[in-house]
Amino acid sequence: MTGNRIARVLVGVFFVALLATPFLIRRISAGREADRSKADAMTALARHGFYLEEISRAAGINFIHQSPKLDPRLDPIMPEVASMGASVSIVDFDRDGWPDIYVTNSAIGSKNALYRNMHDGTFKDVAGELGIADVNQPGTGVSTGAVWGDYDNDGYEDLFLIKWGRPELFHNDQGHGFTRVTEQASLPPWINANTAIWFDYDGDGLLDLFVGGYYSENIDLWHLSTTRIMPESFEYAKNGGRKYLFHNLGNGKFEEVSSKLGINSRRWALAAAAADLRGTGHPDLFVANDYGVSELYFNDGKRFHEVGEQTGVGFAPKSGMNAAFGDILNQGRYAVYVSNISEDGILIQGNNLWVPEEGSAGDAIKYQNLARDFGVELGGWSFGAQFGDLNNDGTLDLYLTNGYISLDRNRSYWYDFSKVAGGNSTIIGDAKNWPAFDGRSLSGYQSKRVWLNDGAGKFVDVAQAVGATDIYDGRSVALVDLWNRGVLDVVVANQNGPLLLYKNTVVPQNDWIEFELEGTSSNRSAIGAQVTLFWNGQKQLQEVSGGSGFAAENDRRLHFGLGTNPQIDKAIIRWPSGTIQTIDKPAANQLLKMKEPA
Amino acid sequence: MSQQIGAPISAQSQGEAPQAPGHRRTLFSLDNRYIAPAFITCILLAGHLSFGILESYQKTLLAIVTSIALELVLGRIFFHKWLHPASAYITGISVGILVRSPAFWPYALCSAISITSKYVLRVKGRHIWNPSNFGISVMLFLAAETVATLSIQWGNYLLPMLVIWALGSVIIWRLRRFHITGIYVASFVVFAFMRSWMTGSPWQSEIAPITGPMYQLFIFFMITDPKTTVRSRRGQCVVVFLVALLEMVLRLYQVVYAPFYALFIVGPTAMLVEIWLDSRRAHVAAPMVAQ
Repeated sequence: MTGNRIARVLVGVFFVALLATPFLIRRISAGREADRSKADAMTALARHGFYLEEISRAAGINFIHQSPKLDPRLDPIMPEVASMGASVSIVDFDRDGWPDIYVTNSAIGSKNALYRNMHDGTFKDVAGELGIADVNQPGTGVSTGAVWGDYDNDGYEDLFLIKWGRPELFHNDQGHGFTRVTEQASLPPWINANTAIWFDYDGDGLLDLFVGGYYSENIDLWHLSTTRIMPESFEYAKNGGRKYLFHNLGNGKFEEVSSKLGINSRRWALAAAAADLRGTGHPDLFVANDYGVSELYFNDGKRFHEVGEQTGVGFAPKSGMNAAFGDILNQGRYAVYVSNISEDGILIQGNNLWVPEEGSAGDAIKYQNLARDFGVELGGWSFGAQFGDLNNDGTLDLYLTNGYISLDRNRSYWYDFSKVAGGNSTIIGDAKNWPAFDGRSLSGYQSKRVWLNDGAGKFVDVAQAVGATDIYDGRSVALVDLWNRGVLDVVVANQNGPLLLYKNTVVPQNDWIEFELEGTSSNRSAIGAQVTLFWNGQKQLQEVSGGSGFAAENDRRLHFGLGTNPQIDKAIIRWPSGTIQTIDKPAANQLLKMKEPA
Repeated sequence: MSQQIGAPISAQSQGEAPQAPGHRRTLFSLDNRYIAPAFITCILLAGHLSFGILESYQKTLLAIVTSIALELVLGRIFFHKWLHPASAYITGISVGILVRSPAFWPYALCSAISITSKYVLRVKGRHIWNPSNFGISVMLFLAAETVATLSIQWGNYLLPMLVIWALGSVIIWRLRRFHITGIYVASFVVFAFMRSWMTGSPWQSEIAPITGPMYQLFIFFMITDPKTTVRSRRGQCVVVFLVALLEMVLRLYQVVYAPFYALFIVGPTAMLVEIWLDSRRAHVAAPMVAQ
């Protein structure tokens, strides 16, 4: 055999090895998946420290979300344009110490629900009698989300209703009912939004409100004057709804100040969240946009500065649908989780886990996307996600829901979707150019992800093993200790699907501690207050949030898992006013109710 | 998209004497072998600087470095010389632009498969697949859970598209291959209207793909590759029409990557037919010469 022939054979073998590489990689990861998906409740408890049981019906919850039916000219692609609106937010509206659940509905004439916690494992819908059910009336648009915040500091959480339509503010009348105060608050007549958050951006002790528009506010989706309502680009669209920042004037009125303070974007916002990312005492604002890059606004207390590109989070355009913060490495710093789209062989955007780079801080903070390294990258057509310690082992886990449109299982719209999405703006931007859905699915019937954090930089999906087995078109996730047991339960709102309530059972040897904060000089909801817990030589940072995830709001109380035999050194609370409060050696397994010191 | 071993896209590579008038020569005085790499680099830089089309420089760099390194090594082994890297550069940069994956390894693997295919999949001394078409198609087949390809970039706006079309047309015309691009585009448009008529989809949605950036790379670099297209002008026209025809059929079956797969199938088939015809002609001619 000549040397050339030997070389030829060797290169041939090398070539075959190259072709076999994807097989090997797939086989290895499939083996791992199979190993994790075989489990019953007891096995899940033993292996993962918890399991979830879907109990909505047993708890008296029988809520089915209904999508809107928009202008008939959108009929061919109605499943797509009307694909959002299911949301869930947690609130203790009557201050009885038991979290309640508010969910939105999105068909004209449909009713939202407020599930009062009856303390016995069941819930009762009281939205109708309290005046916040019938909020999707003709001519007013429909609900797409809700966030709760005590804007007048009277001790009761008020409701801002996010809509494709007329946004609404309801004042909570001491838990006995709600009064509509939209006009008094000077809110605009129409916004097509999917996200809003309460936060006190200027530290004046009054909650302000950010609202991120999706479709342009000039469009009445039920009475279109044109079908040119779609994004001008799949990745670079800037023809979405405007952003609003309502400054709370303290007299029940709000002043819109977004432009004045540096927020001028017409990207298609789907999720927003605020947290103090730089330790300045001012909450920064993160906005995840569909059809484009994410935006990060540094807040100096007076103005906002968009630094998405500078910090690394606003460079690669994707389909942002979620914004959630979590101190995933117990280092006292937040990572940001943004969900996107991944569909095998068609569109692999991958979700983003923005982790602060080592050594970067303050205004020079930089983020790197470590979703792949941490194992939380691929989640299908991902929507809402929240961080929380689901097994009380002391590290924050990640619950992700997903699935876009589940219709005919055997026929997919992906081909037509990819065809148009790649086209010129004059084509993609006009709804009449989009092929009809014709009953097809688009990334439907997807398995959810419950990623367990090993604390060392790896997350492992255990959804099937721990009981998160639904395949509805998930939108919104909220985490809450529904029955004051020291564990985080999971509530999931599904588009055109049922509200799911996953009751969590955690191994008893893992301890926990929770904090319920009430501001005095700070806003009474304590939104923006941070708790840093030090135990067993480690620390974890959490912050009271006025909305996070996708169209969701977690329980206001902060939940820390502690693992076994924890020795808690201290908890440091930094109130939005700047006041620092230290609690030495608090006992585990208790809910600490803390009021801001005078 | 890469052109040939050691000699990237050029009119001369087709055995055709350059006939551009003097003033045109002055206008386009760049050595032909650098034109395609320069053009595709311009596309990449313009796209990235204006719209940030690359998720990271590192991934594209990895694809380019893998491609060039492997070309140099394999060229040394098979031809005992260092080959000009322009061809491998085009393959690498094409992979870097067209492959979309959050992971790094698909970029290296796709480049490696593309370049190696040129040395392994050869018939009568000719490689029959366009390297990057082969590499990308294989990756889409085998690693669909990790890899997709470019379908949406450039902001979907008209101006960048027109600039690339104009520049690309001038360059392809200079390289005497505009007829390939022209026939393909004309065929695609006709077939798009036919699909619209057959399926009831809006004609705009059927035209939409060719207005996107993936097609700009496909029609200017991939289908015009001198080494993996047949030699006769008429044959090139027929082949590219057949590519468009097969793509039309695949599209009726809703195959997302129809153009890649159509070229993957038609390109080598045409090459094999040409090689077979050449060999038959040589076989017939040999006895005549002997006589």
